[in-house]
Amino acid sequence: MSDLHATAGRQATPEPPAAGNSHVTTAAVSIRNLSKSFDDVEVLRDVNLEVKQGDVVTILGSSGSGKSTLLRCINWLEQPERGTIHIAGERIGMNADGRPMSVKALARVRARTGMVFQSFNLWPHLNVLHNVTEAPIHVLGQPRQEAEARARELLDKVGMSHKQDAYPNTLSGGQKQRVAIARALAMQPEVMLFDEPTSALDPELVGEVLGVIKALSAEGYTMVIVTHEMAFSRAVSDQVVFLEKGLIIEQADPETFFTRPRTERVQRFLERHQ
Amino acid sequence: MSNWQILWQARDQFWSGFLSTMTIFGCAISAAFVIGCVLLYLLEGSRPRLAVPLRVFIDGMRMLPFLILAYLLYYGLPSFGIRLDAWWSGVGALAVYHGCYIAEIFRGSRLTFPPGQIEAAQAHGFTRSKMFLRLILPQIVMQTRPLLGNQLIYALKDTAFLVIITVQELTAAANSLSGTYFIPTEAFIVVIGFYWAVSIVMEVIVKQCGRFGSRRGFDNV
Ligand SMILES: Nc1ncnc2c1ncn2[C@@H]1O[C@H](COP(=O)(O)OP(=O)(O)OP(=O)(O)O)[C@@H](O)[C@H]1O
Ligand SMILES: [Mg+2]
Repeated sequence: MSDLHATAGRQATPEPPAAGNSHVTTAAVSIRNLSKSFDDVEVLRDVNLEVKQGDVVTILGSSGSGKSTLLRCINWLEQPERGTIHIAGERIGMNADGRPMSVKALARVRARTGMVFQSFNLWPHLNVLHNVTEAPIHVLGQPRQEAEARARELLDKVGMSHKQDAYPNTLSGGQKQRVAIARALAMQPEVMLFDEPTSALDPELVGEVLGVIKALSAEGYTMVIVTHEMAFSRAVSDQVVFLEKGLIIEQADPETFFTRPRTERVQRFLERHQ
Repeated sequence: MSNWQILWQARDQFWSGFLSTMTIFGCAISAAFVIGCVLLYLLEGSRPRLAVPLRVFIDGMRMLPFLILAYLLYYGLPSFGIRLDAWWSGVGALAVYHGCYIAEIFRGSRLTFPPGQIEAAQAHGFTRSKMFLRLILPQIVMQTRPLLGNQLIYALKDTAFLVIITVQELTAAANSLSGTYFIPTEAFIVVIGFYWAVSIVMEVIVKQCGRFGSRRGFDNV
C-alpha cells in the first residue's frame, strides 16, 4: 500500500489550502449525530458540526459542558457511542461496516489531525527539533533531512528556531506550547485541534501563543479551538459554537454570536466573560 | 613463601576467573535488560489474560532465592529432558531472575508515566510498538537509572553463587586456591577487591549516564 501515508495529494501540496478556496467541497471535519457518555452521564448529545477547509471554529462553553470531549472525539482519543466523524472525507474510528478500525488504520487517520494540548505534552527526552521531527520520521516515514528542513521552517514560523537544540524542561510554558504547535503542524494535518492552548500559561505568555494561532488562521489552516479567550475567539473565528451540557445551543459567525446572541444562556455567559 | 606470594603466582587463575565472571555478568545483564523491556511491553496492553500470569511470574521470580533458581536450572531441568551445561544454566538463571527485577523496576516507573505524553503520541499517529520503543522506554530507562545501577551490582554479586553449580568463575578460583594452599583469608580478600573494583567502576559509569538524563530534566542524580 504505497498511499498509506500520503492521501489525496497531501504531500504534493504541503501548504494548507488558502481560505475561501471555493472549489473544495469536502469538509475538513464533519461530525454527525455524535453522542458520548461517561458512566451513564451523557456528555455529548447528538452533536452535529461541519468545519470547512480553511475555517476556524472556536468552541465555547462553561466548565464541564463537554468541549474537551468533543474535541477528543474528533481524533478518537475518546470513543463516542453513536455518530460518525469524517476527517477530510475519511471516517475515523469505525469502518464502513460499523466495526472498529484496525489499530493501524486508526493511527493513519489520526495522523491527519494535529492536536495541541493544554499541558503541552512535549516529549521531554527529545530536544525541540526532534520533538517536531519524531512523528514525521517515525509515523509518516519522511526522510530525516526533509523532516528536519521542514521542522526548521515550522519552528521559524512559531518563533522558536533559536531553541531547536534545547530540551523542553528548559523552556517557558509559552515556548513549550509554540513547539507543540510546530510539532502538530509537522504532520501536515487536515485540521488542527486546540484544547485550551493558553489555559496553563501565565497571563503574560498567553499573547505569544494566541499570536501564533492567529497567524496560522491568516495562512488558511483549518482549526478547531476550545478556548476561554473571548476577544481571541471573536477575532479569529469563522464560526463560534457554544456547548451547554453536551448540546450545541448556539452556533453563529462571531459578529452575530458576540453582539446578538439568541439565547439567554449565551447572553449571561458573555456578560460574565466581558 | 608468604601467602600473598602464593596468590601472586596463581594470578593467572584469578585472572581467568575474573574474565569468566565478567563474561557471565555481561551476557546475563544484557539479556536481563532485554527480558525486562519485553516483559514491560507485554504488560503494556491491558489484556488481563496475559498481564495476570506475567505478574505472577515476575513476582514468583522475585520472591525466589537466586540460588534455588540456579539449582533448579542446573539440577532440575534435566529431569524434564532439558540439559544445560553449568555456564548456560548460570547465565540463564541470572538473566531471568534479574530480568524480572528489572521488569518490576520498569513497571513501577511506567505507572507514573504522564498519560498526556501517550495521548500526544496517539494524536500524532503512533502505534503501540513505536510509541513504546521511541517514547516510553527511553524515558523509563532514564528515570530508573539509579535503580538499574543498583540492580547491576546485585547481579554482579549473584554471579558468585554460580560456584555452587560448578561454574568456573572468580569465586570458584578463590575457593580452589584457598582449598589447595589453605589461605582462605587472603584468597577471599583478593576476590573482594575485584568485586569492589568492578562495582565502583559501574557506579561511576551509571552516575555519568545520569548527566544525559538530567540535561533533559530527569534529575534523579
Ligand atoms: N474520562 C472521563 N471519565 C468520566 N467522566 C469524564 C471523563 N472526561 C470527562 N468527563 C466528564 O464529562 C463532562 C465533560 O467534560 P469535558 O472535559 O469535556 O468538559 P470541558 O467542557 O472541556 O470542561 P473544562 O472547561 O473544565 O475543560 C464533565 O462532567 C466531566 O466530568
Ligand atoms: Mg476541557
